[in-house]
Amino acid sequence: MRSVSFRREREASWQELEDLIALADRDGVRALTAGQLARLPHLYRATLSALSVARSISLDQALTQYLESLVGRAYFVVYGTRQHLRSQIWDYLSWRWPAAVRRRWRALLLAFVLTVAGASVAFVMTRDNMDYYYTFMGEMAQGRTPASSTSELRGVLYDNDATASSMLGTFAAQLFSNNARVGILAFALGFVVGLPTAFLLFYNGLVLGAFAALYASRGLSIDLWGWLLPHGVTELSAVMLAGAGGFTIAAAIAFPGVKSRLENLRDHGKDAARIVIGCVIMLFFAGMIEGIFRQTVTSVPVRYTVAGVTAVWWLFYFLVVGRRREDEDRLARGEI
Amino acid sequence: VTPPAHVYRAEARNALLRARREIVTPEGIPISFTLASVGDRAAALFIDLVIMAGTTLAVVTLANLAFGGGFRGSWLVPLIIILLFLLLNFYFAFFEVRWQGATPGKRRVGLRVIDGRGGQLEASAVLARNLMRELELWMPLRFLLGGSELWPDAPPWATVLAGAWIFVFLLLPLLNKDRLRAGDLIAGTRVVVQPKPVLVADLADTTMSGHQLLFPPGMMTEAAPPPPPPQANPYAPPGMFPAPPVVPAPAAPAPRRGGPLFTFSEGQLEVYGEFELQVLENVLRDTGGIDREQTLGVVAEKIQTKIAYSPRISPGQEERFLREFYAAQRAHLEKRMLFGKRKADKYKK
Repeated sequence: MRSVSFRREREASWQELEDLIALADRDGVRALTAGQLARLPHLYRATLSALSVARSISLDQALTQYLESLVGRAYFVVYGTRQHLRSQIWDYLSWRWPAAVRRRWRALLLAFVLTVAGASVAFVMTRDNMDYYYTFMGEMAQGRTPASSTSELRGVLYDNDATASSMLGTFAAQLFSNNARVGILAFALGFVVGLPTAFLLFYNGLVLGAFAALYASRGLSIDLWGWLLPHGVTELSAVMLAGAGGFTIAAAIAFPGVKSRLENLRDHGKDAARIVIGCVIMLFFAGMIEGIFRQTVTSVPVRYTVAGVTAVWWLFYFLVVGRRREDEDRLARGEI
Repeated sequence: VTPPAHVYRAEARNALLRARREIVTPEGIPISFTLASVGDRAAALFIDLVIMAGTTLAVVTLANLAFGGGFRGSWLVPLIIILLFLLLNFYFAFFEVRWQGATPGKRRVGLRVIDGRGGQLEASAVLARNLMRELELWMPLRFLLGGSELWPDAPPWATVLAGAWIFVFLLLPLLNKDRLRAGDLIAGTRVVVQPKPVLVADLADTTMSGHQLLFPPGMMTEAAPPPPPPQANPYAPPGMFPAPPVVPAPAAPAPRRGGPLFTFSEGQLEVYGEFELQVLENVLRDTGGIDREQTLGVVAEKIQTKIAYSPRISPGQEERFLREFYAAQRAHLEKRMLFGKRKADKYKK
């Protein structure tokens, strides 16, 4: 019988593939020798074509089921994430992240507008009536209220004795992990059409605006921004990016366009994840600046210089870095 | 009344078939996987959570042992905070990238993450599906372990509402047919059962062994139901498909030593189709059933009646008869296949 001899001729190579996969599963793909690694895709394709031949010439159910299982098993190894972790990280930093941010500039713009709107509303309202300060800040006031004297408020900005230097690292790490959690949450909440994300961003803006209004009313604006911006440039950008990630997901659900919502989610979700991972990295640096640099350096010009440098760096990074690779990629996918 | 074992088996098989999902590999060949059951996924998650909790405990204990109680305030604390953050948010993603879509828990249970469209599983997809855990897993957990941080003095109704809203995400895999959680939705991934390739012997290629399973001849005649009359297709309007032709068989030639004991005419092999062939394959391969001998007897009887096989086989030859009929039927149908003429079942021409 044809199907019987077909099986006899190929059984050995199927067994070889089975053994290779068992090895890769037990010890990782890296455990395979160069020869075995080169053999793997070859054997996979041979088995795949054997499956498609078996489907057309053999009625042996056990054989087609075996081949399908074997191909499925090999498929994980061949089409699992195979790239080296280190090169993936490099790829990500050198172009995938800034490219994803550029691609989703509308979502980022929306996040920016919401933050600025929140800040402006709170600033104007608090400037005219200081009672709003309590409304906007709630629990976060921490002794920095309109009832505090100007020198107390000023003290908060330059006080570097409050925390022992050994605690600075802990402070920075806590800032980072809390902020990053909120960032990831802003991204994840995009799944509920982005409304909580929008609220989170707007609220973030409100706090900023109320705080700015309080310090402005005492003529401490320059000192305040010197205190806020060194880490704030990075932190605020990161929060807006996290929000942009959330909006990217929300857009896939709310405005599906020609594709189905599920298809859209797949494309948008990956971009959103790329943006948010970057936001975690940014928040790490922001936490370091906020927790260590700001607590030790009180010179206003130095604070503004650091803020300026970080601003220029992020603008350069998101606008310039990786454009060539991005264009190559779009060309390869036929988008341009 | 307890339904017989084969009903259970049929139900289990149907449940498996319902969970099959086809993907098309980048080479353009469709292969199918079985979706992981929600129970299996919960088990895998539980194992991973235990590992994470164990790691956390080990790190804190080690730090305590190494530095006594006085490690608070040292450089170790920020390190531990960051380590725990990374563990909580990147444990799953790290393993799924490194181990081709499996975490330690998934590996133990035998599950894998694949791209829903059959493409390469991208690192960004793995990250997307696991970052959603903040919303799906950690928030409900934190909510359970102590009130929401987002709203400290929430009234009770808000707590109930928020709880219900959050648990919708936990229940999402139960509410859609592909058992996707929110993370799978945004990453376009699916969690499937890792298939176990087992190559069993070809029924048509084995020299007969173990077919001489003899049982009392009297038992056979009692167990076998009276042969049913040939029936027309009950699903077709009367007259559309006539009853399958029953071709009178020529007298079987004398059996050769070592060769096939039974021969079948072209007409006898035209009666059944691929579906019946596969049912027969399952019957022959199912060696676990306690009622195997009885089943083989009933099936052999039915087939003989249907294809008008004469003279009837003698008791004790049922398995050999079925195996040889299987081989002949398969050879016949495969030959038809080569000419592009497939016969799905006995109702098709």
